[in-house]
Amino acid sequence: MSEQQPYEPKIVAFLCKWCSSAGSDLAGVSRIQYPANATPITVPCSGSMSPMYILSAFNKGADGVLVSGCHIGDCHYMEGNFLARRKLHLVKELLQFIGVEENRFRMSWVSAAEGAKYAQVVKDFVEDLRPLGSQEKLKAQRT
Amino acid sequence: MTKKRTGVFVCHCGTNIAATVDVSRLAKEMAGEETVAFSRDYVYMCSDPGQNSVIEAIKENNLDSVVVTCCSPNLHEKTFRDNAARAGISGFTCEIANIREQCSWVHKNRDEATAKAIKISRSAVRRVARNQSLEPIAVPVTRRVMVIGGGIAGIQASLDIANAGLEVVLVEKLATIGGHMLQLSETFPTLDCSQCILSPKMVEVSRHPKITLMTYSEVQEVSGAVGNFRVKILQKPTYVDPEACKLCDECTVVCPVVVPNEHDLGLTSRRAIHIPFAQAIPASYTLDEDSCLGLNPIRCGKCKDVCEAGAINYDMLPKTVVEDVGAIVVATGFDLYPQEKILEYGAGNVEDVLDGLQFERLCSASGATKGHVLRPSDQKEPKDVVFIQCVGSRDPAQHCAYCSKICCMYTAKHARLYKHHVPDGRAYVFYIDIRSGGKGYEEFVQRAMEEDETVYLRGRVSKLYRKDGKVRVLGTDTLTGENVEIDADMVVLALAMQPSKGTEEAAKVLKIGRDKDGFLAEAHPKLKPVESVTGGIYLAGCAQGPKDIPETVSQASAAAAKVIGLLSSDTLNHAPTVARVRRSHCTGCEMCVTACPYKAIRLENGKAVVNEVLCEGCGSCSATCLRAAIEVKNVTQLQVFDMIEACLTV
Repeated sequence: MSEQQPYEPKIVAFLCKWCSSAGSDLAGVSRIQYPANATPITVPCSGSMSPMYILSAFNKGADGVLVSGCHIGDCHYMEGNFLARRKLHLVKELLQFIGVEENRFRMSWVSAAEGAKYAQVVKDFVEDLRPLGSQEKLKAQRT
Repeated sequence: MTKKRTGVFVCHCGTNIAATVDVSRLAKEMAGEETVAFSRDYVYMCSDPGQNSVIEAIKENNLDSVVVTCCSPNLHEKTFRDNAARAGISGFTCEIANIREQCSWVHKNRDEATAKAIKISRSAVRRVARNQSLEPIAVPVTRRVMVIGGGIAGIQASLDIANAGLEVVLVEKLATIGGHMLQLSETFPTLDCSQCILSPKMVEVSRHPKITLMTYSEVQEVSGAVGNFRVKILQKPTYVDPEACKLCDECTVVCPVVVPNEHDLGLTSRRAIHIPFAQAIPASYTLDEDSCLGLNPIRCGKCKDVCEAGAINYDMLPKTVVEDVGAIVVATGFDLYPQEKILEYGAGNVEDVLDGLQFERLCSASGATKGHVLRPSDQKEPKDVVFIQCVGSRDPAQHCAYCSKICCMYTAKHARLYKHHVPDGRAYVFYIDIRSGGKGYEEFVQRAMEEDETVYLRGRVSKLYRKDGKVRVLGTDTLTGENVEIDADMVVLALAMQPSKGTEEAAKVLKIGRDKDGFLAEAHPKLKPVESVTGGIYLAGCAQGPKDIPETVSQASAAAAKVIGLLSSDTLNHAPTVARVRRSHCTGCEMCVTACPYKAIRLENGKAVVNEVLCEGCGSCSATCLRAAIEVKNVTQLQVFDMIEACLTV
């Protein structure tokens, strides 16, 4: 008897150009393997993340959304990640309020030197999302 | 908007991408996209034939935009944008889909990697469908340069830049320039005197008409961007007017405060008012505020009384100076790893256990013992000296994981210098490996072993402690498998190099990245070794990683060349991907004005207006705007929504 295949969550990963995207590049250069579930979108800065992007991703069928920026204090644009942290914290609360599981939205701070950390963030996120299965709460019912 | 005619160019990168991603399937999938008019794959898209094929395809198929699916945009975005411009379309209608670093290199399963590569590429195709043709914005540049750090790296960079005719402001934290190199006695592999080769350069700096020297100064704040930085510098008061000071040395004779001399690493002492060393540049005294009895003529005032030149002024105040520069070179150097952290070697509490720089001062003719190697505890000539390499280096469990690169060579130099000073002495070196790559380096180590009869023992020292007036060193010779016990008169530790405290501070102020060990991060480890990630800020010397003097000088000259190139024209190209206001949507709520970290947005007649020169395109404004009235060109909300959709389409 074959075991049931684990659920493969679909993740959209918003990475800031200067730190986290460069960090994911370093994971590549270092050939650190991690699951292919997260598709990256590079944005200029985590501060440019409109809450609408996160809701839109869930609406379009994402099982999880990751936003990753520079470490607090190390933002390439000086203070963009402070804006991101404040704003995205509210998004997290909003998501909980409307009944989306807490684990479906994650923020991380990955520097350009932290290739291994980026790989780990994705690995952990995928593991945490698997038991939750498909995200249906915000997914648009399209015909 | 008329439909775009996009060309998709899928690179195999040899087998780097093609081995994991089904490139022909990727090209076919992209051909099916609504806006794609042309799609193909090729083995090396960045090669000359590859780039030419892109130009041909653009012309033949009347393409107006390009997506290259290849390596990270950090590597070849510029290449392909320039190439697109060569074909007559705006470089800003070319986007890179990173399917190597973010896909083929991190996944093994071919189906999964191909599926992800398709999503990443599709996302770029959808984005480019709404890209505008933009032209770079020309910004006037300030053709002046700031160099931070006055060691050999900063000196070399300053001289090279100034000799090219650009004005340089050299900022040094200490009261004199010279850095660690000035503390060295001799340099490997030629054994020429460090001071003799450095002092003339220091004098040249002080006399150069294009160089403004600011010692005893610290960079406090940096604003602006490449081409136009504004730097705030704090000049600490030295309480001595260098113009008036006659260097008569009367003040130090009467000063009652005695403190350890930093230049000699505590092997000698100095007074509160002092000159760091006789050849200091600027040649002037400094009254060290921390140890002085209080700058109060009632409490002491002896130095002022005795100064006939009237150079001493207790009322001197700190000064803030603002300098406008177009580029910055960071050369803030290294510190030795603190001996206090090496518990197995006594944490700095065992007498006659010195660090490498202290030993340099013992050998130096201008040092504590006037060039006689005498051990600090009893001023006797040591007959058995143990040199220990890799102290703190190559020890990921407890200290630094990296190799400090220069210790093998300077330990060989120390052993040789010692034998030249004390020919009947015995020198022992404990090592893990000898790393002597470099012109004349291996030969130098061989001479230390053969000519100067240094005993090299392959193994680590487990412990050392004081016993019967000597330092007992317990180690192992792993080549014979025997334990070794040496009763040494003196022990010299080749401590690891770590980024200086000033490097940490500079990184914070300049907002430039550091690597996992705290050294300043270069923009690319191979192709951009002297550039920081931030445009207009360059790196030189040990602040970027451990290196020896020849390498430091080369890097400083390289950084200088980059600066000279950058400032060779009167204008610079500023990325046109800046914020744009849709006036009809703007309500003048000022949320974007508050969010902008560059103060690039102001309100004019009740609507937001962007200063395109100041705007860096971070997008903080667009994320704040409730009506999507302000957006960054080519990263608009509609584009991001399209990209999200592409990432989730199977």
